[in-house]
Amino acid sequence: METTTWPVLTVLTFLPLIGVVFLLLIRGDEDVVSRNARNVALWVSGFTFLLSLILLINFDPTYAGYQFVDKGEWLAADGIGFMMGVDGISMPFIVLSAFLTPLAILASWQSVQHRVREYMIAFLALETLMIGTFAALDLVVFYLFFEAVLIPMFIIIGIWGGARRVYSAFKFFLYTLAGSVLMLVAILVMYNTAGTTNIPQLTDFAFDPDVQFWLFLAFFASFAVKMPMWPVHTWLPDAHVEAPTAGSMILAGVLLKMGGYGFLRFSLPMFPDASVTFAPMIFVLSIIAIIYTSLVALAQQDMKKLIAYSSVAHMGFVTIGIFSLNIQGVAGAMFQMISHGLISAALFFAVGVVYDRLHTRDIDAYGGVADAMPRYAVFFMIMMLGSVGLPGTTGFVGEFLVMVGAWQANILVAIFTATGIVLGATYMLWLYRRVVFGRAEKDEILSLKPLNQREIFIFVPLTILVIWYGIFPSGILEIMDVSIMTVLDQMDLASMELSGNSQIAITGIGE
Amino acid sequence: MISAIVFLPLLGAIGAGIASLMKNDTLGYVFSLTGVLLSAMLGWVVFITMAIPGIDQTVFLASWINVGSFQVDWALRFDTLTAVMVIVVTTVSAMVHVYSVGYMSHDKSKPRFMAYLGLFTFAMLMLVTADNLVQLFFGWEGVGVASYLLIGFWYQRPSAHQAAMKAFVVNRVGDFGFALGIFALFHLTGSVQLDVIFQSVPDLVNSQITILGYAMPALEVAGILLFIGAMGKSAQLGLHTWLPDAMEGPTPVSALIHAATMVTAGVFLVCRLSPMLEYAPFTRDVITVVGALTAIFAATIGLTQFDIKRVIAYSTCSQLGYMFFAAGVSAYPAAMFHLTTHAFFKALLFLGAGSVIHAMSDEQDMRNMGGIWHKIPFTYAMMWIGSLALAGIPFFAGYYSKDMILEAAYAAHTPIGNFAWVMGIAAAFLTAFYSWRLLMMTFHGKPRASAEVMSHIHESPLVMTIPLFILAIGAVLSGWMFYELFVGHHWYDFWRQSIFIDPANNIMDDAHHVPKWVKLLPLFISLAGIGLAIIIYGMMPSVAGGIARLFRPIHQLFYRKWYFDEIYDAVFVRPAVEIGRVLWIRGDKDTIDGFGPDGISNTVNRFSAFCSRMQSGYVFHYAFAMLIGVIALLAWYIRSL
Repeated sequence: METTTWPVLTVLTFLPLIGVVFLLLIRGDEDVVSRNARNVALWVSGFTFLLSLILLINFDPTYAGYQFVDKGEWLAADGIGFMMGVDGISMPFIVLSAFLTPLAILASWQSVQHRVREYMIAFLALETLMIGTFAALDLVVFYLFFEAVLIPMFIIIGIWGGARRVYSAFKFFLYTLAGSVLMLVAILVMYNTAGTTNIPQLTDFAFDPDVQFWLFLAFFASFAVKMPMWPVHTWLPDAHVEAPTAGSMILAGVLLKMGGYGFLRFSLPMFPDASVTFAPMIFVLSIIAIIYTSLVALAQQDMKKLIAYSSVAHMGFVTIGIFSLNIQGVAGAMFQMISHGLISAALFFAVGVVYDRLHTRDIDAYGGVADAMPRYAVFFMIMMLGSVGLPGTTGFVGEFLVMVGAWQANILVAIFTATGIVLGATYMLWLYRRVVFGRAEKDEILSLKPLNQREIFIFVPLTILVIWYGIFPSGILEIMDVSIMTVLDQMDLASMELSGNSQIAITGIGE
Repeated sequence: MISAIVFLPLLGAIGAGIASLMKNDTLGYVFSLTGVLLSAMLGWVVFITMAIPGIDQTVFLASWINVGSFQVDWALRFDTLTAVMVIVVTTVSAMVHVYSVGYMSHDKSKPRFMAYLGLFTFAMLMLVTADNLVQLFFGWEGVGVASYLLIGFWYQRPSAHQAAMKAFVVNRVGDFGFALGIFALFHLTGSVQLDVIFQSVPDLVNSQITILGYAMPALEVAGILLFIGAMGKSAQLGLHTWLPDAMEGPTPVSALIHAATMVTAGVFLVCRLSPMLEYAPFTRDVITVVGALTAIFAATIGLTQFDIKRVIAYSTCSQLGYMFFAAGVSAYPAAMFHLTTHAFFKALLFLGAGSVIHAMSDEQDMRNMGGIWHKIPFTYAMMWIGSLALAGIPFFAGYYSKDMILEAAYAAHTPIGNFAWVMGIAAAFLTAFYSWRLLMMTFHGKPRASAEVMSHIHESPLVMTIPLFILAIGAVLSGWMFYELFVGHHWYDFWRQSIFIDPANNIMDDAHHVPKWVKLLPLFISLAGIGLAIIIYGMMPSVAGGIARLFRPIHQLFYRKWYFDEIYDAVFVRPAVEIGRVLWIRGDKDTIDGFGPDGISNTVNRFSAFCSRMQSGYVFHYAFAMLIGVIALLAWYIRSL
């Protein structure tokens, strides 16, 4: 493990909290407070993003262990300590979180008008918690961040949300909490068995296969809800529909990735035998997710709900990739998560843009938007094509690698997964057609204001990244490569030690 | 230079896109025309300096996806097969670009149109120069998107954006097969690079893939999957429904994408994969049968349509069927030959039809045309040339290539080859018939258009007629010019290793040595078709309606396109939406939420409501409850005594 001279990772994690302190100190009448709160939040999150880029530049992708490790004494008990660090699996997510937060803040520049200060506090706190989740190297620290993320998001939906916000916020909270209670129990069991909650040490610890079975299920309960996997996905459409635009961007962009991250960080390396055992079950659930939610998406009348259901289908690709347990599958799953983070954030923002103008998400209320907002039509088109996995966008690289991996694990799984590329095209194209194409007849459509500079400023970086990394994905793939190999190697070793059954795990590694 | 051919159209498209945002039409034309014309010129230079002397080259651009053993690069492969496609694509594209300047002159978003055309040309060139299957897939999907954008170019029209979406989704069904085929080959050979795959194929003849317990020959599985992709893109029977609807796009688009280039990508793919398909005989049989069926099926529909563009669209579908069954009997050079000649004469026919439509104030229904040949004589002549080439009349391009295909099918001497030959001969009759039906209905007879429209009829401007003329030269000469090179006795010297035919199979030689009557039959059949069409539609137009009434059920079947759209709509489209709704309401809302969060919270609510009702505050309630308790205790106590 490499340690650095100054605790850059800890600083990065808690920097947004300093912004929160500033926000609390702002004085003046409401207008002044709002204006200053927006600026402070934007500057702080922008600075955090820059710091994350510095981290990225100094990151050594060839090194297999954790980097920028910060350690500290924390709880008196042995084996539980404050520890942070990143590897190739967490690094992309940290940058993604730091990248999307300023955009989300910018996206709510005008649409949020009351309690602006509190809103910005929630977002900055959320950023700290997200980065902390990905950077934590101690199970207890991870658990705290992972669970605490719920609080600001619960507040964002519950206060700045739409009409049914309270129902949605509670549903979101109950679902995720129910999952994490089981994870807490599992953490206690692991601490009692292994005597530590240090993640690198736990990764090396070989749990008994019977224990793994139950630990896996407990973690699975939590991660499956977060993903979300079918059939525990129903909180997501409601949460998205009621959340403010920026909330949806972060929810889809980052929060959904915590489940996939959890599978890769904990389930695979710590419970390798159980992962192999449960892989078929996860395949089945994911395939149902892809086909079922795609069909449900076809039936939606609400733009946000449609995109929310499409997220569930895309996350189905992620879980299939992870549990295909080969390098292409896992790398594809990782890439798909990053790609979905960019594309879904942009799509939810695209919905927000027209929602701000017309105050409805009903698809039938639109039609012919291209006439009034040609640039919007272009950005929306690119993101729509990214979402259906067009080669040349990031969406393709992720999906394709997942399916390459799936074919090697199980041909039938690959065939069912590939139906997603037909269904995905159907609902997205249909959405686009009903909203953007057609003849604009209603006055309110004809008088839609074109994109303003702020909105273009949000779309442009997302668009550039989606295309750039679609053509040159190695920028992301190289960061993850070594760490993914490490995870798969660990699985492989652990499996062979315990059961000798490593048929699936070997496939695709080592060439 | 090869990179320049591929990327110049892209630069032109980007330039035109920027011009579109600036609303500067002239700048858009300058960018896109420069890009594509330069590209076409370089294409011919490269064809003459490299393909004919026999130099192959692969240009590495950048690495694309590198994960474990899955290694994909951006690389341009240039061999004879690519060179032929490059000249076809860039030449037709350049002509269509020029033509569009005139055709789209009344449209308000001209640079946008030019940008899409350039984007299409780029994607198509990426497709044909791909040196691995994933890059080929990139081009494959890229042309799909360009086609989607261009079909839906007039996005205000509901029929246009519906057709655009249909084209994309039906193609995605094909891509589903294509993608799975790529995974299968990667799994078998450990690579997606064409050369590596072809090298390992001979060793894989006996390997198997097991799906659901059934062991199947691995190469056949991969071959069929990839062919499903080709069927989607080339509108073969079953996945053809999008092509006629695609005529909603502006006519230059139909000429470029839906006649000359994109729809032939499937044929190109099959020829490109010849080193693999030669080891997959069952797949080739499937290709032959599907091709032959499509050839006859589409021709029957073409007989009855009234929309001038749809007639030509079904004709394209049918001609693609010819190319496929040629490839299916291993006569890949013949398929490529017909692809090339067809590109010229079919683009000519479409652009000619565009010229008619332009002259007739956007009228496309042949029932409202007639009697206009002397008003637009040049267009009329061009349509004759295109039709003569299509029907395969001697010395026009189609004569050489179509006869070569029929001879190859006959020379295959297999039951399936014979079947394809019979279907091909029958389709040749129908082709000639519907082509002259089109000519007669459009140009001859009494004018059926309104006086208003008739008074406006004018020959198209030079910017439209010059491309027509150049394509007409191709439609006349390309068959004669390329015959020896493409399918002559020394075909191998030209195609070299870009096309592989099993050395034991002498199909290319055998095709030249078929009986005399086999060589002559297609000509007589075509002449008969032409004659019959002239008699019915030229001399006694009233008879046509009578025949249609006489054979009403068959006519309806053809006219309604064998009810494919209706069947698909009833079997796939409506059920999908309906199932989606049921899953959403019955599945998500009633079942998952009903038993899950809502159910649990309702239970908790009911339970706590029950508990709070118990605490009513009335003493007599409590007393009564106590009484019940005492009695219960007593009862229990007494029982246990």
